[in-house]
Amino acid sequence: MESTAYFKDQFEQLQQTGPQGTIAGLRKEGFEDFNGRGLPSFRDEEWKYTNISTLFQQEYNLDGEAGIEPSELDAIRLPGHEQANELVFVNGIFKAEYSCIRSGANELIVMPLQQAAEGEYKTLVETHLNQSAAYIKDGLQALNTALIYGGLFIHVLKKQEPVQVYVYHILEAAAGPVLAQPRSLIYADKGAQLQLTESYTTIGNADSLNNQVMEVVVEENAYVEYYKLQNDNSNASQVSTSHIRQIGRSYVHTVSIALNGGMVRNNMNLVLDAEGNESHMYGLYLLKGKTHVDNHTLIDNRKPNCFSNQLYKGIADDSATAVFNGRIMVQPDAQKTNAYQANKNILRSDLATINAKPQLEIFADDVKCSHGCTVGQLDEEALFYLRARGISKEKAEVMLLQAFAADILVQIKPKALREHAEKLIDKHLSL
Amino acid sequence: MLSIKNIHANIAGKEILKGINLDIKAGEVHAIMGPNGSGKSTLASVLAGREEFEVTEGEVEFAGKDLLELSTEDRAREGLFLAFQYPVEIPGVSTTNFIKAAVNEKRKYLGQEPLDAVSFLKKMKEKMALVEIDQSLLSRSINEGFSGGEKKRNEVFQMAMLEPKLAIMDETDSGLDIDALRIVANGINKLRSPERSILLITHYQRLLDYIQPDYVHVLYKGRIVRSGQKELALELEEKGYDFITDEVDLSLGL
Amino acid sequence: MKEKPEALEQAVLNEYKYGFVTDIHTDLIAKGLNEDTIRLISEKKNEPGWMLDWRLKAYAGWLKMEEPTWPNVKYPPIDYQDIIYYAAPKPKKQLNSLEEADPELLKTFEKLGISLNEQKRLTGVAVDVVMDSVSIGTSFKEQLSEIGVIFCSISEAIQQHPDLVKKYMGSVVPMTDNYFAALNSAVFTDGSFCFIPKGVRCPMELSTYFRINAENAGQFERTLIIAEDNAYVSYLEGCTAPMRDEHQLHAAVVELVALEKAEIKYSTVQNWYPGDKNGLGGIYNFVTKRGICKGDHSKISWTQVETGSAITWKYPSVILKGDHSIGEFYSVAFTNNHQQADTGTKMIHLGKNTRSRIVSKGISAGHSNNSYRGLVRASKQAANARNYSQCDSLLLGDKCGAHTFPYIEVKNKTAIVEHEATTSKIGEDQLFYCKQRGIDAETAVALIVNGFAKEVMNQLPMEFAVEAQKLLAISMEGSVG
Ligand SMILES: Nc1ncnc2c1ncn2[C@@H]1O[C@H](COP(=O)(O)OP(=O)(O)OP(=O)(O)O)[C@@H](O)[C@H]1O
Ligand SMILES: [Mg+2]
Repeated sequence: MESTAYFKDQFEQLQQTGPQGTIAGLRKEGFEDFNGRGLPSFRDEEWKYTNISTLFQQEYNLDGEAGIEPSELDAIRLPGHEQANELVFVNGIFKAEYSCIRSGANELIVMPLQQAAEGEYKTLVETHLNQSAAYIKDGLQALNTALIYGGLFIHVLKKQEPVQVYVYHILEAAAGPVLAQPRSLIYADKGAQLQLTESYTTIGNADSLNNQVMEVVVEENAYVEYYKLQNDNSNASQVSTSHIRQIGRSYVHTVSIALNGGMVRNNMNLVLDAEGNESHMYGLYLLKGKTHVDNHTLIDNRKPNCFSNQLYKGIADDSATAVFNGRIMVQPDAQKTNAYQANKNILRSDLATINAKPQLEIFADDVKCSHGCTVGQLDEEALFYLRARGISKEKAEVMLLQAFAADILVQIKPKALREHAEKLIDKHLSL
Repeated sequence: MLSIKNIHANIAGKEILKGINLDIKAGEVHAIMGPNGSGKSTLASVLAGREEFEVTEGEVEFAGKDLLELSTEDRAREGLFLAFQYPVEIPGVSTTNFIKAAVNEKRKYLGQEPLDAVSFLKKMKEKMALVEIDQSLLSRSINEGFSGGEKKRNEVFQMAMLEPKLAIMDETDSGLDIDALRIVANGINKLRSPERSILLITHYQRLLDYIQPDYVHVLYKGRIVRSGQKELALELEEKGYDFITDEVDLSLGL
Repeated sequence: MKEKPEALEQAVLNEYKYGFVTDIHTDLIAKGLNEDTIRLISEKKNEPGWMLDWRLKAYAGWLKMEEPTWPNVKYPPIDYQDIIYYAAPKPKKQLNSLEEADPELLKTFEKLGISLNEQKRLTGVAVDVVMDSVSIGTSFKEQLSEIGVIFCSISEAIQQHPDLVKKYMGSVVPMTDNYFAALNSAVFTDGSFCFIPKGVRCPMELSTYFRINAENAGQFERTLIIAEDNAYVSYLEGCTAPMRDEHQLHAAVVELVALEKAEIKYSTVQNWYPGDKNGLGGIYNFVTKRGICKGDHSKISWTQVETGSAITWKYPSVILKGDHSIGEFYSVAFTNNHQQADTGTKMIHLGKNTRSRIVSKGISAGHSNNSYRGLVRASKQAANARNYSQCDSLLLGDKCGAHTFPYIEVKNKTAIVEHEATTSKIGEDQLFYCKQRGIDAETAVALIVNGFAKEVMNQLPMEFAVEAQKLLAISMEGSVG
């Protein structure tokens, strides 16, 4: 049986001990919302293919005070980190002591969310934190809001070239199952440029569940690249909600790579809330074992003359499950929208499953929208061609799978990261 | 046939045509030449009644009627035909059906009975031979997946079917190879008659080698800056537009 | 090539032209739904005990179910106690031939373009006519029975062919499959029954014409078609209703069974009253249609032209159980004014080498909303299953909506599923091109819409394709501007 009573205790404790103000108010809203909705069930259309309630059959440790060894951090640093700002979350709490800010204060401001909410960024936080709840009604997002604690605030100012930010999410699960609920608000100021990368690592053998909510606000002329690398162990589950709102004419480019994990749900929401926005959303999932990955995306076109392009590709092998639920909305005001979506899947095993639900919802007439979705196998012709040239079947298959992934990998613009992802994938495919 | 007096036209608040005067008598062939962006297609669009263009000044008389008062389709039914520079694709609508609809709409306007299937087919066959167009093309959707040359040939075929009083051919020669150019030009020549006027918009002398124009005009920055006989086209071919446009720019103080 | 453009070109300015009411005496039962209502219906139809038991079981199931909320449609709650569940034109005596029917009735059907008069009958089409809750009569019955084809009302089949009905009714759509199917199973009043025995190719189109006439009455018909090994049948249904300010509920169930190498082609031209320009009145069309390709190499093909109803909720589906079986779904759904349609299909691949094809064309105008919802499932055993889906939407105007919700579920690694969808509007350039050739906007739009829908229209039997195109043209009136 799922038990959620301990969330209430945690909530009450936070409300009593922590400072009052904006965040305490949001927690209250979140808690009420969570009480009203409860945990999502598979009867809920948005959770039809991912039965998250199984993850809540055990009680998790909510303790955010765990620490890590420096060597543990060194082991997971991403290539190119020497030039990047490195931010560390442990069990969902932003840890300044492990983090390293390399940019100047005129380029990047990083501080705990609570501090931002009380000081000079009060108005920004009040305006934008939990804005996403207006677009997405979801019990787990509400739960994150109900228990906001130790969150992160980032203000990006740098204009000449992108500021690099690496965020490491570490879950310390040696002592027992842990639930982390990181929360962050990122504000890309007018004309600012950001390259943001997130990775996830569970330490220890117990289960981990990372219920993350990240909100990104993109101002006029800002430029944001966002990369997500999920290659955690098979006890590591997560519900990762990224909510990006383009409130000025701007450019957003996201790439989400999922290789390994337990049950993974990615909510990637892009709201195009200003005229002339351009957005690109890419995803790759190469699943083996029992990994379950559900990519749940929304591209919400709200203003005229926006362009969006989405391509998600994936493979399910062994008894893995891949879900793609991609929704494109074109609101009545969003005339002259161009929105394209494609989803391509390869099923490699009869124990694996692929569920796809691409959706177009269009309320404006002067638009060009299309979507395509396929489920199939490796191209037999190509396989035969390679084998006829003397390449072994196994090798030929790997080559074709690499080629399948390549379309997405080229979308990772920083070279060091792209090469890193390529290496991970080569290793993953040849195992 | 057609008499254009001091036409000014805007698009998106920008004046493109700045006082065009042109008279075309029945049976005459006029050629309009001019550098890119000078307003040639705009003139054609204005005559055909494209709504995006706003006529701010001037008059046009066509076959005794005030052309600007007529709707686009009535202009067509009165006998004004525009062969488009970029013919549009209409998926799902077969070319044959489309032409049949057009022919019969015109007949209805003129108070004639619609053509029955047999006479229509007969007429199609006749005109197909004229422009050497293939039957298979006509059973496909209008212009969908047609090559550039096929689209142009289809325009001339439609002209043949609709038997207009005035045909405006907007760069019907561009994108054609030598053989296709000859076929299209021959088609147009066969459609010449003492009652039918033709306005050719082109960049190249090579079309005018096949279709001898009575007059040649040069359009530049929204005005007809030079008119002459067919020799003017030869001179343009030899010297380029510069020798005229430089002069004009000078006189405009540019 | 089949080309029938004239119908569209003759678009006449015409509102819903089937909206008249026939003035005949009607046998009505009181409003409301409970076990007694069901007993009364069963009694009026003189049904055997097993049928009543079946109905009561379905009713018990329905009571425990909830109305679905996932469709992309909005309507005020339906009061199931405010509906009349049985309405029959009086007197209901056994007719020996259709000519014996009430002259008012015959006139009604003449007006609808369906002549029941022996001399004027559509040649090559046998018609069963259902008005409100009962079948008025069936034509060509004798000729058909000579070759073993049974074509009669479902009420008659329950009496005359109980074994077939017992064997197949509810075998494709279980009585409590969904909320509306359960309701239908409890209160269905009439419908058509077709049985094509082994090896028989039915020589004529079978067709049922449904008409709602009575006020406040719901229509709950049930159709069952069985094609035995190597049999073939093409079946068509048409429907209309008077214009009334209240909404009326239509909840039908259609079951198709195709045995080995059998083929069933089922075409629908749905033209229930859609409500007026402001969304007042109109039929709620909540229908469960499902076929099973039970035998190897069998084929079921659904074709639908949907122009009517205030709300449409229907997903004609195929269960591809036999190896090498084929399922097809061709649909044109046109919505105008305040109509809402949530329609599509389900293709459930169970057998090996099964194939399915989905072509859906949605056209939205006015303030309407048009949704395609389709499921393609390849189960573990469905080796080499193939599906291809194409869903196109055309928007006429900026107040309407077009939505696509495909669900794709694949569990077999040799399956290939492809889905494509596009949304577009009629371009200004296209309209200008047509006008420059002397074709006015209204005709141009009709031509383009006709072209857009052609792939589906071509699937209709010849006799009905022209009707369907006329219907489309009429429904489009006033949607351009
Ligand atoms: N829809 C429009 N909006 C704004 N400007 C336009 C539009 N259509 C045409 N123009 C402008 O009007 C001018 C004349 O264009 P037009 O197409 O008439 O030139 P043209 O003489 O036919 O050139 P070409 O030889 O390249 O076909 C150009 O500067 C063009 O950019
Ligand atoms: Mg031009």
